[in-house]
Amino acid sequence: MSRLTELFTRKKNNVLNVYCTAGYPELNSTLAVMKALQNNGADLIELGMPYSDPLADGPVIQASGTKALQNGMTIATLFEQLADFRKEITVPVVLMGYLNPLLQYGFEKFCAKAAEVGIDGLIIPDIPMFEYEKEYAAVIQKQGLDFIFLVTPETSEERIKKLDSLSTGFLYAVSSSSITGSDKDFSPVESYLQRLQGMGLKNPVLVGFGIKDKATFAMAAKYTAGAIIGSAYIKALENGNDVETATKEFLTGILR
Amino acid sequence: MSYHITRKLEEQGSAAEYKLSRSNFVPDENGYYGRFGGAYIPEMLHRNVEELRTRYLEIMHEPSFQGEYQQLLHDYVGRPTPLYFAERLSRQYGTQIFLKREDLCHTGAHKVNNTVGQILLALRLGKKRIIAETGAGQHGVATATVCALKGIECIVYMGEKDIERQAPNVARMKMLGAKVIPATSGSKTLKDATNEAIRDWINNPHDTHYIIGSVVGPHPYPDMVARFQSVISKEVRWQLKEKTGSELPGKVIACVGGGSNAAGAFYHFLDEKSVELIAVEAAGEGVHSGKSAATTQLGRDGVLHGSRSLVMQTEDGQVVEPHSISAGLDYPGIGPLHAHLFDSGRGRFLSATDEEALKAAFEVAKLEGIIPALESAHAFSALNQLELKKEETIVICLSGRGDKDLATYMRVMEQNDEI
Repeated sequence: MSRLTELFTRKKNNVLNVYCTAGYPELNSTLAVMKALQNNGADLIELGMPYSDPLADGPVIQASGTKALQNGMTIATLFEQLADFRKEITVPVVLMGYLNPLLQYGFEKFCAKAAEVGIDGLIIPDIPMFEYEKEYAAVIQKQGLDFIFLVTPETSEERIKKLDSLSTGFLYAVSSSSITGSDKDFSPVESYLQRLQGMGLKNPVLVGFGIKDKATFAMAAKYTAGAIIGSAYIKALENGNDVETATKEFLTGILR
Repeated sequence: MSYHITRKLEEQGSAAEYKLSRSNFVPDENGYYGRFGGAYIPEMLHRNVEELRTRYLEIMHEPSFQGEYQQLLHDYVGRPTPLYFAERLSRQYGTQIFLKREDLCHTGAHKVNNTVGQILLALRLGKKRIIAETGAGQHGVATATVCALKGIECIVYMGEKDIERQAPNVARMKMLGAKVIPATSGSKTLKDATNEAIRDWINNPHDTHYIIGSVVGPHPYPDMVARFQSVISKEVRWQLKEKTGSELPGKVIACVGGGSNAAGAFYHFLDEKSVELIAVEAAGEGVHSGKSAATTQLGRDGVLHGSRSLVMQTEDGQVVEPHSISAGLDYPGIGPLHAHLFDSGRGRFLSATDEEALKAAFEVAKLEGIIPALESAHAFSALNQLELKKEETIVICLSGRGDKDLATYMRVMEQNDEI
């Protein structure tokens, strides 16, 4: 059983997935951040691989990626940092990133290396369904990696079902049709989440985009398996405290 | 009279349209030209892009759309633009040079051919709000212009650095009623303005149309923009026939950044094997100087702004900031059609440095009384790199006028009295 399946079998509600950027705030803080997240209650970690042109991310996450790139982060460096991470990190970890750097690294080599170090799944928002089936699914599945698709309030029911059938691990529900870190009113999202809840999807659903505090987390988790926090955590790391303190403070605020 | 010309344009085009339906150079249903193209977009953009993909051809073929589009091209843009025999330039290079005068389009460049088409399409899709990206500001001005024409809200994203460098165009956009929003992320130039425009589109999935200015972006943009610009080569064919007795030139030369004027100038010659298609990229301070925008020479296969193409990038796949004296060619990618023309050998790709382009601009000004845009000057500088035959017909796409580049030209004149 994959780590993701194991997690969602064991825990059906209030699953907390936290996004962090590899190589941020410092080049070598990747592991420290992951440890802090695990120690303070994150059930799952989404580790972002920085990219120069992250279309689906908002300004906070892009800025963290820009900093990480300035710090010298590359995919090769990331795999070096992750070489032994499974000795300490037991929660599932999915890598989030954009296709171009993976193509340059070599997509097959990337998947093989990710599986080898103990990564559980991939979120690559600019691989659309059509390209996934044609070009990438076989390579990803060969390495036993989960692949997580995004759905949005604009996605048709038929398409949600197709994306769900292709996803493994979980399905990523974008809370509003917007980029990460937006401050839009959250309440209209509820009917969309209810709709997802009623669709009998095969995957557990995690809600991302716009989750920033205890209230938004609770609302998302009411209808789904849990939620993903990104920009709000990156902002918390910006505030200057050491990683462990900042993470503890932030996650306590969400989970207490 | 405009009716007559409209009919003439349509008749002239129909033969070429027919040939193109069997071409290797129009994309397949998934937007691929060979291995380049496609639609690498996050799910958040699916609805918008899918709406466009399923509707663009149907709308573009509607008689009411064609009628309005042709009318505006004629009455508002000022088409057909002249095909001008450049006598002194021809003598200088010992060949027969014709200039396709896109610089005489309203707003001063070919960009408006596309924005007129896309605004009509956006209105038929029921959109109430237009967004665009711009580098030098030419596409931003062309977009702001058609938005004013149709009374529709216009937001233009422009890199913070470009806003500083291109003050007159910023002022033009504002005077036309557009809101110019600085892109402050990443390198604060064209590629970042494009990212910001795409993000705006993600945040506004219902009422907004994104007018991309070049033959880049996810399918169907490269094809749609190429079709709107194809009026350039459509006119060249019948104009050349009138002037020389043959529709086909020996060579067509155009500059390429993203590649919209080149796509338009090549379009109706793509399947005419006797016509040599020559694309001129910006070499900046030299192809290998580290300050260049010659994508076919420096780029590798990659994905940028939603399509698979050649992309200038680091070994690690981070997109790099290109350099050219000409802001309109300062883009780290190239449209997938051009990547395919390069890869298949159908197109011949040359490059011109900043200095060579400047020299060409001053030469054209002195010999023909035409001050070309810096972008177009790159196309002219190819004349020095080609073996030209006396009886051969060369068509150069003079994509824009040089008024916007006066500050640069003035700097050159101050530094060098010789030119």
